[in-house]
Amino acid sequence: MNAERQDAGSGARGTPEDLRIGVYVCHCGSNIAGTVDVEAVRAWAETSLRDRGVVVARDYKFMCSSLGQELIEQDIREQGVNRVVVAACSPHLHERTFRTACENAGLNPYLCELVSVREQDSWVHTDRAAATEKARAIVAGGVERVRHHEELRPLRVPIHPATLVVGGGIGGISAALELANAGYPVYLVEREPSLGGHMAQFDKTFPTLDCSACILTPRMVEAGSNPNITLLTYSEVESVSGYVGNFTVTIRRRARQVDEETCTGCGVCWEKCPVNVIDTRFEAGLGYRKAIYVPFAQAVPKYPVIDRETCTYYLKGTCKACEKFCPPQSIRFDQEDEILTVEVGNIVLATGFKLFDARRIPQYGYGRLPNVFTSLEFERLSNAAGPTGGRVVLRDGVTEPKSVGIVHCVGSRDRAYNNYCSAICCMQSLKFAHLVREHTGATVYEFYIDMRTPSKGYDEFYQRLLEEGTVFIRGKVAEISPGARTPEEDGKLIVHVEDTLAGRQRRIPLDMVILSAGLEPQEDAKEVAKKFGISCSYEGWMIERHPKLDPVATMTEGVMLAGTVQGPKDIPATVAQGAAASARVLGRIQQGEIALEPVRATVDPSMCSGCRICNDLCPFSAIVFHEDRMVTEINPALCQGCGTCVAACPAGAISGTGFSNEQILAQIEGLLMERVRHPAELEAVPA
Amino acid sequence: MSAAAVAAKPRFAMYWAASCGGCDIAVLNTGEKILEIDAAFDVVFWPVAMDAKYRDVEAMPDGSIALTLFSGSIRNSENEEMARLLRRKSRLLVAFGSCAGEGCIPGLANFSSRTEIFDAAYESVSTDNPEHLRPLPSVTVPEGELHLPEFCATVRTLDQVVPVDYFVPGCPPEPHQIAAVMDLAMAAFAGRAELPPAGSTIGAGHSTVCDECPRERHAKQISSFTRIQQVAALDPALCLLEQGIPCNGPATRDGCGALCPKAGAQCIGCYGPAEGVVDFGARLLSAFASVIDAGDPASIDRVLDGLPDPAGQFYRFNLAKSLLRAGRAAWAEDRKP
Ligand SMILES: Cc1cc2nc3c(=O)[nH]c(=O)nc-3n(C[C@H](O)[C@H](O)[C@H](O)COP(=O)(O)OP(=O)(O)OC[C@H]3O[C@@H](n4cnc5c(N)ncnc54)[C@H](O)[C@@H]3O)c2cc1C
Ligand code: SF4
Ligand code: SF4
Ligand code: SF4
Ligand code: SF4
Repeated sequence: MNAERQDAGSGARGTPEDLRIGVYVCHCGSNIAGTVDVEAVRAWAETSLRDRGVVVARDYKFMCSSLGQELIEQDIREQGVNRVVVAACSPHLHERTFRTACENAGLNPYLCELVSVREQDSWVHTDRAAATEKARAIVAGGVERVRHHEELRPLRVPIHPATLVVGGGIGGISAALELANAGYPVYLVEREPSLGGHMAQFDKTFPTLDCSACILTPRMVEAGSNPNITLLTYSEVESVSGYVGNFTVTIRRRARQVDEETCTGCGVCWEKCPVNVIDTRFEAGLGYRKAIYVPFAQAVPKYPVIDRETCTYYLKGTCKACEKFCPPQSIRFDQEDEILTVEVGNIVLATGFKLFDARRIPQYGYGRLPNVFTSLEFERLSNAAGPTGGRVVLRDGVTEPKSVGIVHCVGSRDRAYNNYCSAICCMQSLKFAHLVREHTGATVYEFYIDMRTPSKGYDEFYQRLLEEGTVFIRGKVAEISPGARTPEEDGKLIVHVEDTLAGRQRRIPLDMVILSAGLEPQEDAKEVAKKFGISCSYEGWMIERHPKLDPVATMTEGVMLAGTVQGPKDIPATVAQGAAASARVLGRIQQGEIALEPVRATVDPSMCSGCRICNDLCPFSAIVFHEDRMVTEINPALCQGCGTCVAACPAGAISGTGFSNEQILAQIEGLLMERVRHPAELEAVPA
Repeated sequence: MSAAAVAAKPRFAMYWAASCGGCDIAVLNTGEKILEIDAAFDVVFWPVAMDAKYRDVEAMPDGSIALTLFSGSIRNSENEEMARLLRRKSRLLVAFGSCAGEGCIPGLANFSSRTEIFDAAYESVSTDNPEHLRPLPSVTVPEGELHLPEFCATVRTLDQVVPVDYFVPGCPPEPHQIAAVMDLAMAAFAGRAELPPAGSTIGAGHSTVCDECPRERHAKQISSFTRIQQVAALDPALCLLEQGIPCNGPATRDGCGALCPKAGAQCIGCYGPAEGVVDFGARLLSAFASVIDAGDPASIDRVLDGLPDPAGQFYRFNLAKSLLRAGRAAWAEDRKP
């Protein structure tokens, strides 16, 4: 009886005879080997962990290389290795690589465990002896854990063919069109009344100087009329649930107060509306719009919206001029927001950027000195459809500047604001220099720190500007002030700058200064990230799955990124990423179904007490409670294996595949190296 | 009874180590079942019910006792010695009750070092000890050397000292469950039933107290905890936890029949953790934390202030069996050679 019980105790830890564990320690060039004595760890594992089932231990320069993978495959085939522990980088990076290697050799991929001796060891330590000791502990943890691994099979679920694209800038439009033209349904959600994003505000686009509207409008119209695209402007995503292949999305369509069925977009309503409102959005505060308006002439869709904050009827209860004059009687003051629920298989996030607020740098005087403009203001000034009809003039609305300064890196490459380079503003500044000269013939000064023109045709554009006679001053502008010292400086803006090429301080009097403000994440980036279950950086740029090898996907299956939502970039890169995101989605749709990671939580109904502690916790709404039987159940297709409920269940009724109590406790025991240090003690009093 | 009849009956023992003795009383409290037990077994050693000497046990052949119910935890060297002795003499050794299985109330002493415990016992204001006497393991008096059992640094459970065949939870186990366990043992010894796999918990359910609790419940959000004695009126039909009473039912093994919540008091967890749960306190803590309705650190603190005695709330019965087993002071002393 006694002996039997002891067997049960150690039996739970697997029987050593049929376990054949292979341990593979990676050098990662010098990434790991520089700090950890890889060879010593290997030799130790081979001898000290033999009684834990290790039959072979190897080290190799790059385990992830095909030669490294072959080592594993060979041992599985020839030595009958049936559990694999790779001590290398992190599961994020190469779990799949090594699982695939196992699979290639006929071993269930889930019998492989990747433990991190790089991110969690060599990269965070400098003491070689201690780091080597820690690597031993990490390997021992992996070995103890892998003993409890079981064969798992991925779950296959069908993919819904529709896609949600969030954000109707050029990134979102491009993604939507690729998908729609391939024949699949798309919901394109834009929160403004029209598609277009920032690009709709520009006059010309660098480096070729094509007219922005001329290239954007056809894309917008195409998106608006493609039968596969359900256009939802003036709308926002409220919530997302589900998982790749089967997301359920609720969308709030804000009331336009206009009946889209009958409105012809004739424009009588905004002509008749008596309320003028400063347009801080599209016109960047330089122009006006009405209380009922379309943001710009080529807006898609053509239907106006009533801005309830400024409409006299909503403020005072009278007016209704638009309603009176609307030929098809399309005004609907009683229209309410609509909540729409749609099912989609994939999501492309293309919510774009916002401009750095130049007021945050007080010494540049924006908001205080009238003739300091932001880049977006200048885009509107130089735009033929803009508030001045394309005349580049000072804040007084009439005077043409004779001298214009363009300041680079405003809010970018500056520790006080944003460390990063906004990538587009050098080229945008060069574009402005050209446009200023074209429109006014003024002398143009560019104040730059470094000139960044690395794409196709970009440096050629810079050279063209050099030839055009633009004055380039290399130096960071210290201050822009109104203080004239000489008669020539009278009424001018003085730019204080250290000319680092000439090696002296300069004061340059100018009529107009344009601040090339940097790109920043949208104000609500963190909320959006949370809503879609992805992560964003500290600043708010959404994080891609891999910075080099997968800049399109995110760590959440089925959520892709397109455009500046992921980081500063220009239009060509935005369009390319939109297309790439769609290609990824199309690949998924074509497969018809997707294999989901088999790491799932399950409830043992005989143990569930129906306490309902777990019921509200699942971020993926995978938990259902059966009132009749008083037990909880988990929908395996919805469960993402996050473990929240597993940790919460006080009855221990929920277990997570791949993360069982046994596996985790065994790994901890391994990490503590109890078996290596005090094997006798452990056997003496089995807990 | 004739000698032959006695020899044919399986032998039974029960022993009481560091515990209150309630478990022994609970066995006696099984009513008429006790007569059946007496009829079916030859009771060879049971200090609470009959006179016996340790040397009588020592004299028995190894493995000659069929069933020993061992109640109480291992507090001193005498407890440990008896645990080893009874293990040797018994075919089935059962950790009977919460003290033997989990450490129970004696186990709470593991929050303190031996010195602290002796200070509390021999030097507190309510103690009259002018000569500052402390117990010593051995003392020489004119008549010779006297020995006292040594007080161990930590309280251990029975299975932390010797291998154990079965666990019967409860503080104390409920009479109907004791009866069921004894019925099973009697049937097994008579060859009429199979014993469950070694290491099992018997005399209890497979789920937790909520399973047997008739109170109505919903998906939970707890915005504050209140001590039950501070609540004027409780909803008699609604889950206590949902009323802010820190009920341990969700984490406590069922089998008691949800006596406490049925009577309007919160479950305090005497039946120990559910099957497979390693650390009762950690489980319950993470369950409570999962349903606390508080967003920022300040409001989380406010909710937790409603649990003035976390050690008592979460580890009242199972500190010695928990992953940590003891507080820092006791550990430190334990590690001393
Ligand atoms: C002054 C200036 C000049 C530039 N000139 C050029 C140029 O000449 N050439 C060039 O290549 N690049 C230029 N750029 C860069 C260019 O603007 C970007 O590359 C491009 O606009 C990025 O497109 P996008 O779709 O990623 O983002 P955006 O254009 O910002 O579009 C994002 C869209 O998403 C919508 N949105 C945001 N959040 C939500 C939400 N939660 N729900 C629904 N919708 C949402 C927004 O309303 C917007 O319509 C310039 C940038 C600036 C600032
Ligand atoms: S692109 Fe040019 S202007 Fe913009 S932040 Fe980078 S270096 Fe500065
Ligand atoms: S592990 Fe639990 S909480 Fe997490 S996704 Fe699965 S069911 Fe939901
Ligand atoms: S927490 Fe556990 S016991 Fe409670 S309802 Fe959920 S699965 Fe059942
Ligand atoms: S009162 Fe206690 S035992 Fe009953 S359902 Fe609520 S938590 Fe569970």
